[in-house]
Amino acid sequence: MALASSFHGSLAIAISLLQMAFVLFLAPLLYGWIGTVRAILQNRSPAGILQPWRNLVRLFRKEMILPEGHSPLFLAVPPLFFSIMAVAALLVPFLGTSPPLAPVADAVTLVGLFSLARFSMAMAAMDLGTPFGDMGGRREMMVAFLTEPATLMILFTVSLWSGSTSIPSILTSFSKGPLPFHPSLLIAAMAFILVFLGENARLPIDNPSTHLELTMIHEAMLLEYSGPLLALMEWGSMQKLLLYLLLGIDFFAPAGIPRTFALSGLLEGGILLLGKLFILGALLALIESLFAKLRIFRVPEFTALAYLLSTLGFLLHFVLEG
Amino acid sequence: MEGDSSPFFSPETGFDRLHGGIPHTFLVTESPDRYLAQARLLSSNGARLLTLWSESLPAIRAAILLREGLVLLSLSLPKDAVSFPSLSSIFPPAARFERTIHDLFGLIPDGLADLRPWIDHGLWSHPPLSHTPSPLTRLAQGMDYPFVRVRGDGVHEIPVGPVHAGIIEPGHFRFSVVGEKVLRLETRMGYTHKGIARLFRGRNLPEAARLASRISGDSAVATSLAFSKAVEEALDIEISEGVRFVRAILLERERIANHLADLGALGNDAGLAVALSLFHPLREAMHRINLSLFGHRLLFDSVVPGGVSTGLSGAMIETLLLENERLQAEVSLLERIYADHGGLQDRFQNTGILSPEVAGRLGIGGVAGRASGQGWDLRVDHREDPVHRFAPALALDHIGDVASRVRIRFFEIFESLRLTHALLTSFPGPDICATIPDPPAPREGAGIVEGFRGEVLGWVRILPGKILADAHIADGSPLLWHALEASVPGNLVADFPLINKSFNPSYSASDL
Repeated sequence: MALASSFHGSLAIAISLLQMAFVLFLAPLLYGWIGTVRAILQNRSPAGILQPWRNLVRLFRKEMILPEGHSPLFLAVPPLFFSIMAVAALLVPFLGTSPPLAPVADAVTLVGLFSLARFSMAMAAMDLGTPFGDMGGRREMMVAFLTEPATLMILFTVSLWSGSTSIPSILTSFSKGPLPFHPSLLIAAMAFILVFLGENARLPIDNPSTHLELTMIHEAMLLEYSGPLLALMEWGSMQKLLLYLLLGIDFFAPAGIPRTFALSGLLEGGILLLGKLFILGALLALIESLFAKLRIFRVPEFTALAYLLSTLGFLLHFVLEG
Repeated sequence: MEGDSSPFFSPETGFDRLHGGIPHTFLVTESPDRYLAQARLLSSNGARLLTLWSESLPAIRAAILLREGLVLLSLSLPKDAVSFPSLSSIFPPAARFERTIHDLFGLIPDGLADLRPWIDHGLWSHPPLSHTPSPLTRLAQGMDYPFVRVRGDGVHEIPVGPVHAGIIEPGHFRFSVVGEKVLRLETRMGYTHKGIARLFRGRNLPEAARLASRISGDSAVATSLAFSKAVEEALDIEISEGVRFVRAILLERERIANHLADLGALGNDAGLAVALSLFHPLREAMHRINLSLFGHRLLFDSVVPGGVSTGLSGAMIETLLLENERLQAEVSLLERIYADHGGLQDRFQNTGILSPEVAGRLGIGGVAGRASGQGWDLRVDHREDPVHRFAPALALDHIGDVASRVRIRFFEIFESLRLTHALLTSFPGPDICATIPDPPAPREGAGIVEGFRGEVLGWVRILPGKILADAHIADGSPLLWHALEASVPGNLVADFPLINKSFNPSYSASDL
């Protein structure tokens, strides 16, 4: 019995580490894939799917130049931000419906973690008192003040099926059989796309590839970072993008996620997952190639729409599906 | 019609010294009062100040454009002059030109309240072009430039530049903002000051012509054409019909290439990255044709005093006509994409409005002026050969936002393509260059052309031996910085790059 439980314990650790390693390794590749599709759609020659990895390696090797007047906060935030994303990787199920950390894998916890990451990043950006850092931090919070509640509403909508905000139980309630058409989930999925674009600083909210410092949101917060610290921030952001996509898959396209961690199921489920990520990455690249950036004061309209949709989805459940 | 409205242009003044050229006249005075009176009279006749500079004689010169033509108003100063009257109360943009004169020559503009340095960044021990070896009359301010402060609840400043995140020219922008809203924008230039005035002095004509085409890389044809026209007027050189055709074609090519680049960059700055990869290949293709036909991608040195460096052959005309056809088709498609893109139009419309009143008061011409109801275009307003044979159309809009400036650029591309086509198909050939005579005495001349931003002025004084005593070349960029400063307040900080790009002033041509 003791042997079994310790075996179970070490298996749990192994699975958790596998999941974290998967996210850490895959996140830059997904970025590279999105960049590749973007380049092809925009008539440019792509730098290849490995480019973000090359950038990270280069940044880790570079020297670090610290700005004058920085406080310990400035140094602490990149490792913190990176670690939050790595921990979040343990909470989002994708290799099996119930990861070992299931008891704490609560959707509200996850949203809290993302909020903490954002808050610390904005604080670090404002730490130096440079106009661009302030501007970026300020704008980031402006985007967040409606995407955060919208994210919560989406979580509540999907949790109505299981009666719990624990992600594994949400997944279990979905994977009982093929889902019939649910208007509330459709609306929530639409809200989730908007939230996803806002939270991850993608077009039409923010332009991840701009050089125009006055228009930046996310990038403006990172302007003073260099070398390994910058690498941690960028790697963390890449993980965040992947985690959001994984969450979206969990809630709105969960078919094929194995219920247990069996090796055979792992392989099959993993391939299916990669396929989904490939398609979603390409769709994101398509959105980013078709849309211009919104005027910054239109961003609240955009995020308000996300919130409105998420609330509508929530209510629809009671009206149409209750 | 010319009788009472234009006291400056009468048959007696002999303005039209060049056959088929743009009328212009020289008004020289030694009396400051007369200088001011003439400027006031010109202003009341609806004239615009293009540029103002000082030359080594010493003299102050103002290039002022009337509907009927160009007036070069000049005030001769005594050798020991310490000051000159300021035109800033008559033409507001004169102030920065006069501050430049103050920095370079140490002459004080009388009546100008704002005597902050402009081109001097606090590193000069004395005015570098001073006529007298007197010390600097004002205190060196060092690198701290006193920007105008805006006070109020929550007002703060955002300094941007001179080093920018992209690879662009250096310039500093100081925004006073409340949250995201800009209350005031003040520009600080001078980072690309090259001492062009000093570099021209004592050069022989070929060297000076090379310099003239390198004032601002994107306007090589316009600046070297303005310079060449000035030289040709000074030395009474008659230009052959073929050369005039080639020059007109080159000028339109430069306009098309730059408008294409600006349109692509405008889309990109609004977040539509694909715009860049749609427009820039077209411009790049033009550059490659420029290189293979005229020897330089940006057409440097293609226009020289007396002629052009490369003439047109039948095969070249074939190539250019093919390119013309292709561009016509591609740009039509791109115009539709821009017009149909809701997100892009939302960013363009009502952004960075330069009202017709402000544009008129500042005397803005070119693309920016025409987008704000200022219907000035040298190609349209004057019967200059050979363009007037093909009746160039005026692009005009009255809203003055970024969208207007985009529309004007599209219109002008199509019009330039039409003109180029017409010029190519009726090319008279041959393009024989004129020989350049040696002047027996110092001579001066001026030339003006419609560059892609607006009017480009060239002025020269040539000494016997074909050596330059002084020269001045100016495009509309210094005025466009004023237009930018006037149109940004009230907009969002994040919209600034878009507005800036829609004016696209040259830093290099402003700093000289």
